[in-house]
Amino acid sequence: MSPAAELRQRFFNWALRGRALEAAPIILNQRRVFVLPTRFGLAFAVLLLVMLIGAVNYQLSLGYALVFLLAGLGIVAIFHSFRNLAQLRISPGRAAPVFAGETARFELILDNPGNREKSALSLHLPGQSPVTIDVPARASVIVPLELPAPSRGWLSLPVVSLQTSFPLGLIRAWAYAAPMLRCLIYPAPALVVTALPMRPLEGSGAAIADVGMEDFAGLRSHQISDPIAHVAWKTAARLEHGPLLSKQFDAAMAQSLWLNWDDLPGALGVEARLSLLARWICDAHQAGAFWALSLPGANFPLAGGAAHFHACLKALALHE
Amino acid sequence: MNRRQQSWLLAAALAVLAPLAFDLPAWLCITSLLILSWRALTLWRRLPVPAHGLLLLLALAGVITIAAHYHTLFGRDPGIALLLLLLALKLMEANSLRDGHAAALLCYFLMLCQFPYAQSMVSAAMTLIAVVLTTAALVLLHHPRQAAPLRLAASMLAQAALFMLLLFVLFPRIEGPLWGLPGDAYAGLTGLAETMTPGSISRLSRSEAIAFRAEFSTRQPPQDALYWRGPVLSRFDGSSWSAGRPDTGSTLPYATRGGASDYTVTLEPHDKLWLFALELPGVIPADGLITRDYQLLAKAPVRARLRYAMRSYPEIFAGRDESPENLRQARQLPLGANPRARLLAQAWRAESGDDGPALVRRMLDYYRSQDFSYTLNPPLLAENSIDAFLFESRRGFCEHYAASFVFMMRAAGLPARVVTGYQGGEINPVDHTLIVRQSDAHAWAEVWTRERGWWRVDPTAAVAPSRIEKNLAAALPENGPLLLLARPAFLWLHEMRFRWEALANAWNQQVLGYNPRRQREFLSSLGMATPDWQRMVTVLGVLSSLLLCAFSAWVLVERGQSRDPLQAAWNRLSNKLAGRGPRRVGARGMARQNWEGPQDYAKRIGSALPEIAGEIFIIAELYQALRYGPVANPRKVQELNTLIRRLKP
Repeated sequence: MSPAAELRQRFFNWALRGRALEAAPIILNQRRVFVLPTRFGLAFAVLLLVMLIGAVNYQLSLGYALVFLLAGLGIVAIFHSFRNLAQLRISPGRAAPVFAGETARFELILDNPGNREKSALSLHLPGQSPVTIDVPARASVIVPLELPAPSRGWLSLPVVSLQTSFPLGLIRAWAYAAPMLRCLIYPAPALVVTALPMRPLEGSGAAIADVGMEDFAGLRSHQISDPIAHVAWKTAARLEHGPLLSKQFDAAMAQSLWLNWDDLPGALGVEARLSLLARWICDAHQAGAFWALSLPGANFPLAGGAAHFHACLKALALHE
Repeated sequence: MNRRQQSWLLAAALAVLAPLAFDLPAWLCITSLLILSWRALTLWRRLPVPAHGLLLLLALAGVITIAAHYHTLFGRDPGIALLLLLLALKLMEANSLRDGHAAALLCYFLMLCQFPYAQSMVSAAMTLIAVVLTTAALVLLHHPRQAAPLRLAASMLAQAALFMLLLFVLFPRIEGPLWGLPGDAYAGLTGLAETMTPGSISRLSRSEAIAFRAEFSTRQPPQDALYWRGPVLSRFDGSSWSAGRPDTGSTLPYATRGGASDYTVTLEPHDKLWLFALELPGVIPADGLITRDYQLLAKAPVRARLRYAMRSYPEIFAGRDESPENLRQARQLPLGANPRARLLAQAWRAESGDDGPALVRRMLDYYRSQDFSYTLNPPLLAENSIDAFLFESRRGFCEHYAASFVFMMRAAGLPARVVTGYQGGEINPVDHTLIVRQSDAHAWAEVWTRERGWWRVDPTAAVAPSRIEKNLAAALPENGPLLLLARPAFLWLHEMRFRWEALANAWNQQVLGYNPRRQREFLSSLGMATPDWQRMVTVLGVLSSLLLCAFSAWVLVERGQSRDPLQAAWNRLSNKLAGRGPRRVGARGMARQNWEGPQDYAKRIGSALPEIAGEIFIIAELYQALRYGPVANPRKVQELNTLIRRLKP
């Protein structure tokens, strides 16, 4: 860790002392809001000094008055900047799971209980460009914060810094908050697609040839997650400017899969196995198929649907 | 920066330019205005801004023109001109937040730059407008969605004014200047000069500017005795009169006698040493001197408004023991010039002998008997100006009369000298100060006789007595070239001017004249014993800390503001049922859970505490009606509160 980063970490620890686990809602009280002049504020102060010397030298009574008025403005700006941030309540919102390599979206709920708008608040995550929002009086706003999710597992929201230089830019008020919010990162599905390991349903008769292509059930508007093979191309050609439609098939009759950790080639590493399993689960889910998953230490019986899909991926994500 | 932000910065720059336009060269103001208008046009019509190279060229041309205009680039005025040009050009290409910051700082600085020229109430008001606009532009820079930047800026400035007031009164004032000022610092101040040539005082008389003000604490002397003594001119080189050697002392060269008048003079800056006092001064102000010819001088040129207490004795006999050298000086005349006047004077001398008063009488009679007239527009006189005036044109202003009179007296062998200063003045009925204007500038004569010493003779009084008894306007013919305001037909304007000037006087005394001395006086009048700078800083520290505490309280108390009376009542019910206050929420499990609506909550409480179930259902019903009904009636909210208060769980 570089000395600067270490220093910063120490500062976080000090600023957030005694609140490693922050229960919602986090209220930014006066002990958590810091104020310091910005670079522009420092330039303003130097300007005032020069103006004061000018007023003394030329004995300009109104010059004194102007300098003192502007100095007063600088002082008042401290209070306004402070008040713009203080008493803000921060609660964690949702963080929908994403696949590794995608961008995680953490939602924070900012609630302003005061009678005055909290203007131009910017929220920074380390290494990300800030998000600037206004929170109207007696209202709350949901702020999405994006963070790249490089690897599977839990991704915790790092310390968020909230800053504002409202109203004049002379003073920056800021606070740090670490709301308890984490995002589940699924393993990235493998890019190289191996054929799905089909297996007839146990106890049933013959295998069904084309996966999920039997029993055409109807059309619906195309979702990005639908397999490209299901697009109703003929319909699309007929309706030149109409929406893209996908063919729907009756899932109950679709093929079933048995995904087993131990059946995978022994040469594959842990991450490659998880990646491949994730790909199969995605494909099976998209195809509307049923599947069962067996991992060391976890077994998911044959099922289909979103809940099963997410439960399986979660197990993959948290596999150690 | 978006268009709205740029437009506001532009408005701020225009407001900054407006007061400066009076003092900077017209071409510069018009150029800046053109550049700003160009910018406005590009903003409103969404035209492209001019190329960077063109702006650079413009800047270069501007700098060269400024250098040519002032013959230098250094000094106060060229500096201000350069800054103004910089601001106008900066706005042309300002895009980033940083550019906006630079423009705002330039605006604030340029506001200060008008004060060396003018510090009137009008310039203060214009500056205030500029400050509000610039601050509003800053607000917009940092919050582009701000709906009412002007209101926020104004309210912040109103709060800042509290600090300004404290600092203005208590910040220890330092006697400036800290270093030498540039040579052009005091250009443009008017007043009496060291020399007098025909036409110099009549030129001054066209100015209605205020020379000084006087407040009498004793009875004010009559109008025709108000001779404010200024430079005494005893040297004559044939065309102009000038002062003798400045032979100064710090004690009065005469003994005081008779009644005195006490008054305070507030002198406008005129960049000369002269201090004015009624003849003859009986005290010497602090930091003042008196010359051998009874003129008060300051030790340094008067460059800021100066206030001094004065006492004058009209009946002093001064100079009976005048030194022979001074008397010789007072008889000196250039050789050869003005032969006709000399001849006449020598003829009188032969008839009246050494009798000074008789000679004076003869000369004054001569003015009265010949057709002399008093005018602001005397004809231009060539060589031998005294001869030309006395025997040909016979039309002149006070300097012609004073000069010819002194010349004749000297030619007749009587020591005499010209005294310049102001005569008369005008009482402002609003605040009862006597206002003496440049138009009251006057020249008169003094002659010396062994019996009386120096005594005053005003030859103008012989020709135009109303000039001395009333004022200049009364002495001049109706259609003469006099300022409009001085005419009787414009009395109502005159009246308005009195009011304005009384206000301006208060402004000058209280605000502009708040210098180190006035600060000490004011603070001791407030009860501060020995107001030195340590004490001022202490009091300033204490008072500003109090103010800071008040602001902190204001900021921190905001949390306590209740959000919604209905919500507050509903929360109170929950807290009451939860046991003892909000700290023990959930202590009895009866606090409302976040997910519970009013009906569910009432149901749960009703089954847990059957003895109050009825009341709870009534309360929940009322709350629901108020919360989701059409209009929340305040009286109903009150009723809800009462019900909750009476509830005994």
